[in-house]
Amino acid sequence: MVMNSLLDLNAIKTDYQNRAKNVTRRIIICAGTGCMASGALKISNEFKRISTLMGVQVETELKKEETSYNLLTGSGCQGFCQMGPLVTIEPEGIFYVKVKPEDVSEIITETVLSGKPVERLLYKGNISGKSCKTQHDINFYKKQTRKILADCGNINPEDIEEYISRGGYEAAKKAVTEMNSIDICQEILNSGLRGRGGGGFPTGRKWLLAQKEINDKKYVICNADEGDPGAFMDRSVMEGNPHSVIEGMIIAALGIGADEGYVYVRLEYPLAVKRIKKAVEEATKLGILGDNIFGTDKSFMIHVMEGAGAFVCGEETALMASIEGKRGMPNPKPPFPAQSGLFGKPTIINNVETLASVPGIIKNGALEYRSIGTKESPGTKTFALTGHVVNTGLIEVPFGTTLREIIFDIGGGVTDDEGNLDPDGFKAVQIGGPSGGCLTAQHLDLPLSFDSLTSIGAMIGSGGLVVMNKNTCMVQVAKFFMQFTQNESCGKCVPCREGTKQMLALLEDITEGKADEHTLEILYNLGLAIKKASLCGLGKTAPNPVLSLLGYFREEIETHVMQQRCPAKKCKSLLTPVVIEEKCKGCGLCIKKCPVGAISGEKKQPHYINEALCIKCGACIEACRLDAISEGV
Amino acid sequence: MHKHDLGQAARKFAKVCEILEKYDYKSDKLVPILQAVQEEYRYLPEDVLAFIATTLDISPARIYGVATFYSHFALEPKGKYVVRVCDGTACHVKGSNPLLSEIRNRLNLPKGKTTTPDLLFTLETVSCLGACGIAPVVVVNEEVHPLMTPGKTTAMIDDIMEKERVGDEQFA
Amino acid sequence: MKLAALMQFLKECDMNSENNLYINGREIAIESEKNLLEVIRKANIDLPTFCYHSELSVYGACRLCLVDVEGRGINSSCSMKPEPGMKIKTHTKELRDIRKINIELLLASHKRECTSCVKSDSCKLLEIASKLGVEDVRFKKSLMNKGIDSSSPALIRDMDKCILCGDCVRACDEIQGIGVLDFANRGSGAVVVPSFGKPLGEVECVDCGQCARVCPTAAITPKSDTQEVWNVLDDPQKYVVIQVAPAVRVSLGELFGYKDGENVTGQMISALKHLGFKKVFDTSFGADLTVLEEANEFLGRIESGENLPLITSCCPAWVKYAEQYQPEFLGNISSCKSPQGMVGALIKNTLPEKVNVDKKNIVSVSIMPCTAKKFEITRNSAEFKDVDYVLTVQELGRMIKEAGLVFGELEPESFDMPFGFKTGAGIIFGNSGGVAEAVVRHLSSNLNGQDATVSDVIELRGSNGIKRKRITVRERQFNIAVVSGLKNAKELLNKIKSGEESYDFIEVMACPSGCAGGAGQPVTHNSETVAKRGRGLYETDKMLQLHNAHENPLIKEVYESFLETPGSKIAHELLHTHYKSRKRFEGGISLIQSGEEKKKISVCVGTSCFVKGSQKLLNRVVRHISVEGLSDEFEVSATFCAENCDKGPTVVVEGEIINHCSFEDLKKKIDTFRSE
Repeated sequence: MVMNSLLDLNAIKTDYQNRAKNVTRRIIICAGTGCMASGALKISNEFKRISTLMGVQVETELKKEETSYNLLTGSGCQGFCQMGPLVTIEPEGIFYVKVKPEDVSEIITETVLSGKPVERLLYKGNISGKSCKTQHDINFYKKQTRKILADCGNINPEDIEEYISRGGYEAAKKAVTEMNSIDICQEILNSGLRGRGGGGFPTGRKWLLAQKEINDKKYVICNADEGDPGAFMDRSVMEGNPHSVIEGMIIAALGIGADEGYVYVRLEYPLAVKRIKKAVEEATKLGILGDNIFGTDKSFMIHVMEGAGAFVCGEETALMASIEGKRGMPNPKPPFPAQSGLFGKPTIINNVETLASVPGIIKNGALEYRSIGTKESPGTKTFALTGHVVNTGLIEVPFGTTLREIIFDIGGGVTDDEGNLDPDGFKAVQIGGPSGGCLTAQHLDLPLSFDSLTSIGAMIGSGGLVVMNKNTCMVQVAKFFMQFTQNESCGKCVPCREGTKQMLALLEDITEGKADEHTLEILYNLGLAIKKASLCGLGKTAPNPVLSLLGYFREEIETHVMQQRCPAKKCKSLLTPVVIEEKCKGCGLCIKKCPVGAISGEKKQPHYINEALCIKCGACIEACRLDAISEGV
Repeated sequence: MHKHDLGQAARKFAKVCEILEKYDYKSDKLVPILQAVQEEYRYLPEDVLAFIATTLDISPARIYGVATFYSHFALEPKGKYVVRVCDGTACHVKGSNPLLSEIRNRLNLPKGKTTTPDLLFTLETVSCLGACGIAPVVVVNEEVHPLMTPGKTTAMIDDIMEKERVGDEQFA
Repeated sequence: MKLAALMQFLKECDMNSENNLYINGREIAIESEKNLLEVIRKANIDLPTFCYHSELSVYGACRLCLVDVEGRGINSSCSMKPEPGMKIKTHTKELRDIRKINIELLLASHKRECTSCVKSDSCKLLEIASKLGVEDVRFKKSLMNKGIDSSSPALIRDMDKCILCGDCVRACDEIQGIGVLDFANRGSGAVVVPSFGKPLGEVECVDCGQCARVCPTAAITPKSDTQEVWNVLDDPQKYVVIQVAPAVRVSLGELFGYKDGENVTGQMISALKHLGFKKVFDTSFGADLTVLEEANEFLGRIESGENLPLITSCCPAWVKYAEQYQPEFLGNISSCKSPQGMVGALIKNTLPEKVNVDKKNIVSVSIMPCTAKKFEITRNSAEFKDVDYVLTVQELGRMIKEAGLVFGELEPESFDMPFGFKTGAGIIFGNSGGVAEAVVRHLSSNLNGQDATVSDVIELRGSNGIKRKRITVRERQFNIAVVSGLKNAKELLNKIKSGEESYDFIEVMACPSGCAGGAGQPVTHNSETVAKRGRGLYETDKMLQLHNAHENPLIKEVYESFLETPGSKIAHELLHTHYKSRKRFEGGISLIQSGEEKKKISVCVGTSCFVKGSQKLLNRVVRHISVEGLSDEFEVSATFCAENCDKGPTVVVEGEIINHCSFEDLKKKIDTFRSE
């Protein structure tokens, strides 16, 4: 279908706004994966059912009604997952948390009909106890700067017209009608936008490399293979605002001269897959994708491909191998994808968040983008804040924000293992997933940015932040990440395949008390070798958790090795046997059996095991006929 | 294969041919083709893979290599209920290992096996489903179960088994 | 004038220095090298590699060839393009440490039985470990104990010695276009296996052994038959004779300190006599015979116009490949046996009378540069095989060493008659293009009446994978093609199928450069050795008195005494063979266990049947069988998919399909079987 005129976005915008005029109140139910699991669908159905019973008009789609009505829609992930299901009533912005089906009728009566809040459903600040009427009153939200995530929480991700009504696709239209490819790349370069997938490479520079290649076929790939455990930023953007990603891809394609693109999504994100596929469909129907986009002579089509369960496919060259129907094994760089990528053609691969940032830059300009963040890391970054912290969820802050602000102001502070606030509980925060390192109390006031982190030997990575309290064994954490990396290693190159296996074996020795004075040195040297020699980013960053552990928690790991003791009491094999006083009859058998004389006690009195002398041989546990010695969990 | 053999085999694998047709017999579409075949057959049977190799003119060893590389592909049949315990960082920190042990015990799964002999359950670990805010997470087929504990996990398995038993009795 | 020349020279120097890079501070010019590694090696720094072969694609996995490039960090030199001005360091402390750790890691998961390993004198892992000075393996042993695969007649796989360099995978894929081997699984569980993890002898492998040729360790090696041959040599009842392929005499010397390509025929025959072989014949005699039989066949086809092009048949890997993949060309392949087969047949049929030994006590052995020849001798299922055992050059070397012979000092001896006399035409069979050239020489001299000169046949020589030549015989033009490497063969055959090209005669060799580069030849890591062997063969040809097969007087004698003429009935019986289509995989049928033969019940649990309740059915049937104590008689399994989806649930009992099967139906069927 050849459009003989340019696509009129304003007309769509006006049409939508006209239709939206008659909406009195809008009920927005968070429909991200987290809230869906907590029962958001039930809430939604309950709204429909009860409103019908009460004779209150609630529609699920915009209608061209003359009379006023209420609108019920779902949104993408609002980031406050532990508090879900979340319901927001506009225009007042009244924000309810932990909504249950039995709350619905009261919400309808009080809020939908009369605009009054239902006190008990409002969020209460965990320290002040104060009720928060809207999101903006809650610290968790107040302290964030939501730009990428701005619309994720309110628009209906399956409605392209709503996206357009908020100015969506204007940047893409501007790019295709008013700018040439160099202009586009230059603007992105000037904005200082850096890759959000972990590499932090200047996006504009990458695009320019591909732009200047002379080839009649080029590709744009959106890397949505967010495999980092503990990271769900990309998922939220894809579920909440898929059109922002598509718009970014269109602009990227125009910037380098590509007519075909791929979105490579993890198959573990079925909702994201569904939403992005729908978004592509809708955009194609409107003529925003396909031949003659926006009615011009340019073309761009997007394929959505699902991953098949391989973390390594998040690496550029492995991702391309997967699209080419092969094992997802990386290839040496150079040659770089911008010169020779998918099927040997110039290709740019960008992260979801990076692409979602692009429309804003084209629309509002590079300078505006630079007004937030730091000089070398402009803009904002989404983080997935999880672990032992009061408020877990998805957040977005400008670069330059400190860890302290994130964990204590937004996150509400550190918790103990049961979830209660523990003011002195902070031990470390893992940043960057299995490729990253730990940050400790000494880094709490470090302004977060790409360069500030690399200067201390860590990296932003994709943005996972896992907070760990005092009861965490850092060696177990490093072992956990090494297990993950070992499992996901593709097996191609020797340092990663064999090296991570041996590193894991050494860590296991340490947690089982089998290490000796050489272990740490071997671990360190091996880690350095793997870092330098591996073929791809997975291998190169695999030793980071261990190296970080050796750097910041040297004492803790030395205690494991030299004293065979786990200070956090998490390594089962290193636990100290303890006499259960109620059961002990004081027979003295264990004292006889103990080879190092670590047990003492009077006859017929409960005995006592000296932790410092104990060598954990287990002889006492075996000897005791009354089961009075526990392994000291 | 002789052309004659190809014709006979083609009749047997009509469904596979449909899938291959949809992807235009392109060997670079191997991953989505295998995904579609697994969707249809619930796993990847050896003779189907050999057939695909012949039709796409790639070596069977290569297809086997691709099928065994990606965790999603199963070369053995999976159970009716695929139970996936997320072992991502957040879930791990909040306790996914106890859930795994609990399920293994409840299902009496022997070491090294992931599917029960009656093909009712398959137990898998997944690294990060991206639902970290509601960790620890267990997914059964498409259903997501948030904030799980060992107790809740056992209850969930028991529910399913009860449902199946009741269904059986009705069948009798 | 001189000044002008000097200025020009200086200018060129200047220009050249713009095309230089720096290795360890020394300036080196970049010429036409494909990658940085080749420039470094040109500068006489032999960086170690496992996964780099100049004839294969770059893989970049072994990480031994890492270098430090100023401003760019550490990266693999095999994958980088050389750029002027690059400043490279090849052995900083960091790099040395990394390489050592790399080898230690490999050794930790390697089956280290070097003292008794067949590759102890040619293993790259051993060589590099020694060169790098690896003294201690600081890591835990982690052998997977994957076992040895000896299912193939030609090759043995020992995966505990595999270092996953991928050379075999790429050789089979890129040189032969077959891809028998590939990586399976992921990470530390990754292995190199044939499809579905089957044994090598049960898949589409054509036994060419190119995988073994490029393997740096003993993960894949030619199968050894030395023990069996020692046994027959030790048996006083047996009369053991041997024939030696052309390409052997110019490679055997490599194992005993001779230069690459040097002809050691005299000592070789002496060694064989020492070992106990009663007669030493020359396969080249068979090659001369082949020329006559095949040329005759060729002319016959030219006359009838049928079954052209004629394709040679002396390469058993090519023949197996054609039987599996190119059935439409089976009729084009020459019915001639290979020279090995022909000599073998003549030995078995004429020798018993000549030496007065019972036929069943004659043992015919051959020394070949080839692993596929071990497969070739299994083709003949007749009572008396043409050749009973094939030994590779590697095996002969081991036997000579085991016997303690000081090869270089042996008194030279000569081949035995009658099957020891050959012309140069027979010798050159060891080269790619040799068979075609021999045939061209025959046609030229026999029909045209003039000997072919080297310039007449020069296009047939050399290492190109596909060579083409047009010749004129008796005013008629013939198109000849010479292919080496099966991927090239496939390409050429496709062009013939599409009509794009057409030939009258095609020579196909599976190994690049022909038999001189076979997998049974001594292991070499030098890329020039094969070419030198080939040159050795052409030089041997030159030094012989006769160069055309039909001039061989002993061949004439063989025809006169009993073969009659080329293509006669008796010639066909002894010297020709036939081909059949071959399936690529074995298996798919379950083995019947010893003991009772259980009746099979298969319940389809594909998606549609599942939805219709087949899983419940399976459950009930399993319970029924165990409750009734029938598990000795019946075997229940779940299968996918019976392709009866609209009529599910589908159950197959002893081959009979039951649609819309209910538990009652199934119970009834089981009872019927029980009452039988």
